Amino acid sequence: MIRLVDVEKSFGEQKVLNKLNLTIEDGKITVIIGRSGEGKSVLLKHIIGLLKPDAGEIWVDNKEITHLKPRALNEVRKQFGMLFQEAALFDSMTVGENVAFPVREHGNMGEKEIDKLVLTLLKEVGLEGIEDKMPSQLSGGMKKRVGLARALALNPQIVLFDEPTTGLDPIMTEAIADLILETREKFGITAVVISHDLPLTFKIADEIAMLYEGKVIHKAPPEEFSKTDIPIIQKFLNAQKLTRPPKNGGEVT
Amino acid sequence: MKNLLNALGLGVMWIVSEMGRMMLLFLESIIWTFRPPYRLFLIIKQMEFVGVKSTLVVIITGLFTGGVLALQTYYGFKMFSAESLVGATVGLSMTRELGPVLTSLMVTGRAGSAMAAEIGTMRVTEQIDALSVLAVNPVEYLFVPRVIAGVIMLPILTAISDFLGILGGYFVGVVLLGISSGAFINKLIQYVDLSDLYNGLIKAACFGLILTFVGCYKGYTTYGGAEGVGRATTQAVVMASAMILIADYFLTALMF
Repeated sequence: MIRLVDVEKSFGEQKVLNKLNLTIEDGKITVIIGRSGEGKSVLLKHIIGLLKPDAGEIWVDNKEITHLKPRALNEVRKQFGMLFQEAALFDSMTVGENVAFPVREHGNMGEKEIDKLVLTLLKEVGLEGIEDKMPSQLSGGMKKRVGLARALALNPQIVLFDEPTTGLDPIMTEAIADLILETREKFGITAVVISHDLPLTFKIADEIAMLYEGKVIHKAPPEEFSKTDIPIIQKFLNAQKLTRPPKNGGEVT
Repeated sequence: MKNLLNALGLGVMWIVSEMGRMMLLFLESIIWTFRPPYRLFLIIKQMEFVGVKSTLVVIITGLFTGGVLALQTYYGFKMFSAESLVGATVGLSMTRELGPVLTSLMVTGRAGSAMAAEIGTMRVTEQIDALSVLAVNPVEYLFVPRVIAGVIMLPILTAISDFLGILGGYFVGVVLLGISSGAFINKLIQYVDLSDLYNGLIKAACFGLILTFVGCYKGYTTYGGAEGVGRATTQAVVMASAMILIADYFLTALMF
């Protein structure tokens, strides 16, 4: 379980997180939504210790991570996998080397076992025969799949997804959504997904949390979430039901 | 007046914080140099990049610097009938100053800038965050192999440059300008001490440390997308070159 308690973070004069409280339950897919620039990625970076809060506590299981020394923090990080917005594959390495990287760094496997694991992980994300390609030869969707394979290499308990469908076409978005669901089923992970893609959110979420003005203003399962009467949430949900202005005064929705 | 003081204060604060951050990263790099994991493969890869791939540019620089030095000093010394001292002058200049400094400046332009660009790109594309998330310390992974490679390879490149500089000087002085070969070599041996050579190589090792660390530091602290990478690359070359020249003065004062 991940718990954020009264977390505050400012960049200069701008307060991004303002006494934020959030609990992420084990085994569930929690999607954090919010407008662009609300601090969703900042929140995600706090969870994995890439950023330190100005105040507040962040608990991962029974460890408060904000005051951990680098070595202890790295031990906590081994429980995590993260899929970055642009996948963040190491562009000097092949796809296979990227996926093998965490295992070579932290695992006790021989090279043959690592090769086998790489092939298995790439197969799990629907990619085969590309282990010798360079990241620059892949499409955006393929990069994200490889990023997910790398994130899963150490068999993490928690996987963080930073805007996993940004820049992808609807079919690839659907594929990534299915992949997140399959990953949860197969590996039993806890997933935290940052998104402002509502169809994706409602497809995969067990819990939806809305970030607004540095706080989580509402968190609930999808059905309950969509029924809330909080105006900013209704505005956010309705804004994505795209409408076209009527041509001749008639209503077109 | 108030605005001026405000701007001055902000400038001073920026310089102090930049120096502080640089010093902390430098200390972290030093500590990680002596702590496992020892990344032999990455060190060798960087040695190839910093050293082997800079050989051609160092050969050209060394050869022509020695040649032009012989050419310039020949006409000066000829006025005093001291042409035989050209060999000693070329030898001393190359081993003490021009070998280490010019080699380091050339490698800064080639490898230091490339390091800043590569690590800067890794920063803006979140690859450095990815390293941290994968529980790998970015300073240990990115800085240490490059800095070690710089410290090892710069003296080797400088030795090549020294040798070729003297060879270039010999060719111009003896073959083209007609100085006696015996006089050239005798004066060279008489005036150039072994300490000149190894002090020059120690200097080169220090410059190797400076150019690789500055390249890594500027890349690591990049912000602002592609424009930021370009800015970091330029700053790395300017900063490392200036620091090499400043360090050269103090090292020379200490050594010779």
